[in-house]
Amino acid sequence: MDIAVNILLTIATAATPLLVAAIGELVVERSGVLNLGVEGMMIMGAVAGFGASYLTGSPWAGLLAAMVVGALFSLLFAVMTLSLATNQVATGLSLTLLGLGLSGMMGTGFVGLPGERLPYLYIPFLSDLPVVGKLLFGQDPVFYISIALTAAVAWFLFRTRAGLTLRSIGDSHTSAHALGIKVIRYRYLAVLFGGACAGLAGGQLSLVYTPQWVENMSAGRGWIALALVVFASWRPWRVFAGAYIFGMIWIGQLHVQAIDLQQFAGAPWLLYKVMELLKSLPSQYLAMLPYLATIVVLVLISRNKRLTMMNTPASLGQPFVPDR
Amino acid sequence: MKKLLIALMTTAAGVSLAANAEAADKLKACWVYVGPIGDFGYSYQHDQGRLEAQKELGDKIETAYLENVAEGPDADRAFERLARENCKMIFGTSFGFMDSMVKVAKKFPKVMFEHATGYKTADNLGVYNARFYEGRYVMGQIAAKVSKKGVAGYIVSFPIPEVVMGIDAFMLGAQSVNPNFKLKIVWVNSWFDPGKEADAAKALFDQGADIITQHTDSTAALQVAEERGLHGFGQSSDMIKFAPKAQLTANTDNWGPYYVKRIKEALDGTWKPDNVWLGIKDGAVELSPFTNMPDDVKAMAEATKKKIADGWNPFTGPVAKQDGSAWLKDGEVADDATLLGLNFYVKGIDDKLPQ
Repeated sequence: MDIAVNILLTIATAATPLLVAAIGELVVERSGVLNLGVEGMMIMGAVAGFGASYLTGSPWAGLLAAMVVGALFSLLFAVMTLSLATNQVATGLSLTLLGLGLSGMMGTGFVGLPGERLPYLYIPFLSDLPVVGKLLFGQDPVFYISIALTAAVAWFLFRTRAGLTLRSIGDSHTSAHALGIKVIRYRYLAVLFGGACAGLAGGQLSLVYTPQWVENMSAGRGWIALALVVFASWRPWRVFAGAYIFGMIWIGQLHVQAIDLQQFAGAPWLLYKVMELLKSLPSQYLAMLPYLATIVVLVLISRNKRLTMMNTPASLGQPFVPDR
Repeated sequence: MKKLLIALMTTAAGVSLAANAEAADKLKACWVYVGPIGDFGYSYQHDQGRLEAQKELGDKIETAYLENVAEGPDADRAFERLARENCKMIFGTSFGFMDSMVKVAKKFPKVMFEHATGYKTADNLGVYNARFYEGRYVMGQIAAKVSKKGVAGYIVSFPIPEVVMGIDAFMLGAQSVNPNFKLKIVWVNSWFDPGKEADAAKALFDQGADIITQHTDSTAALQVAEERGLHGFGQSSDMIKFAPKAQLTANTDNWGPYYVKRIKEALDGTWKPDNVWLGIKDGAVELSPFTNMPDDVKAMAEATKKKIADGWNPFTGPVAKQDGSAWLKDGEVADDATLLGLNFYVKGIDDKLPQ
């Protein structure tokens, strides 16, 4: 049982940064803005989080700094694309490149320093319960934030007036503008929210996942988050499912590599055969599995074309200049 | 997508040149790194070597470096740029720089080139490499002594000879202590992704290993060992700060002495291209202090280290291949050419080598 709990905890840690960054980007894209700078904002959050935690001695200050810096960094994108109406794809890409380089420069002094981990939640009695204790009441704070964030965004987008307005801007900014909605202001807020989320995801990397700073430590997670948003057809709970399916198979394939086939000698025939098949696959194929499986599952659950079209922000990526 | 981005990045902005003040009478030595010097691993260690040379030779030389240089056409330009900027001696530190260096060395016959881990030489191009497997053998012995379950986890990146050499040497070391020692191998298909390395370490521990070693570049796996109260080894750099209770030793690259020696030769005018494979004996492979282990294990590790420094090769027979067929006869030593192309496991390893 212990091993199952450990595996689930590992999966949650691996899925959380993807989920947080993807939820932020989902809101941005729902407002009709495509920000490809997730990776850059994430890595800026990671360096800021580690730096602030190291300098102040408090990982909580680090977490806050990660969010603030992520949001500030996205402000750069917002000014360029929203106020100056530059191309969103190009601006987003350069935001990623800038972030990767800038974070490396800012982090020079932090290389090779062990960091402090954000404390795990501990509630007397509850956290000590077998199995569920650790899973429900003993994880790191970012895990709880990520779940709350998913629920809050789902509620905001589909149950509030402001959410409806945001979605309508994403579908047709000209109509929204004609109705007197402040398109640019909404989009600014959405982009800032996305930046804070990406920064938080980066903070999770350098304060929870692996408490340290090294250059390029986000290692492409921002891109996976971006892809999740699309495959989840812009639905918050599907993003959640995607992030956890990805994490599950990713961790699962590591376990398959480490497993001893003899342990399954007495297992049911089918299970044994499946394990044998997985064990015989070259590790490169196993490494592909999380990506493949996530795409397949998300494509399957969004098979309904009409529903997918309804969920796709129609003016995604198009610059908007009021009164044109 | 990611590759494309990295290529774009190095072209557009990632290349940074440090220290370009020029003095006519000083020898200018330059380095080209494949990764960021902030990786606290492979490129970091090369840069430590550069700093050591600078400190040792003081005002007789000046140094400069380019980091994050992608292998391929970008590397051509990086080497050419350094050669034009008056670098008299250029060290390229990644295997993939090989053809760029051969090309640029031909264009600049007066510049001295040194390539790490490659095999092509020229009149002004030498190669150097380190026998990392020597340290891995010692680590294998320590692992077999310290492990209570007799199972170690091994996180690896890509199936290239250098990595296979390390796995085999580690296993031979472990088997010399405990013939039934088990090794669980996990391929993460990346040199550098702290998150994935941490996940792999957790998986290996959950699957019964109680010692971890890795041929990837970050400290993540060792941090997991520290958190779980188990043991592990550092890689490339001494990582004791990250795992004061978990690190047994670290297999570190120490390029400083070699760089100092070669630059001195260049200053004296005695530099000649060479092809060297340095080991513990030359100080290029260093094991950081043996910690967190009983004294008898420490004594054994020291003795083995000395034996290797005195010229003994861990790949000395009898050694059988994974399928049981004979590889090295009793007393036979593997030659360097075989080792540099090693693509099979030794007996006792339960894993399929991805080809």
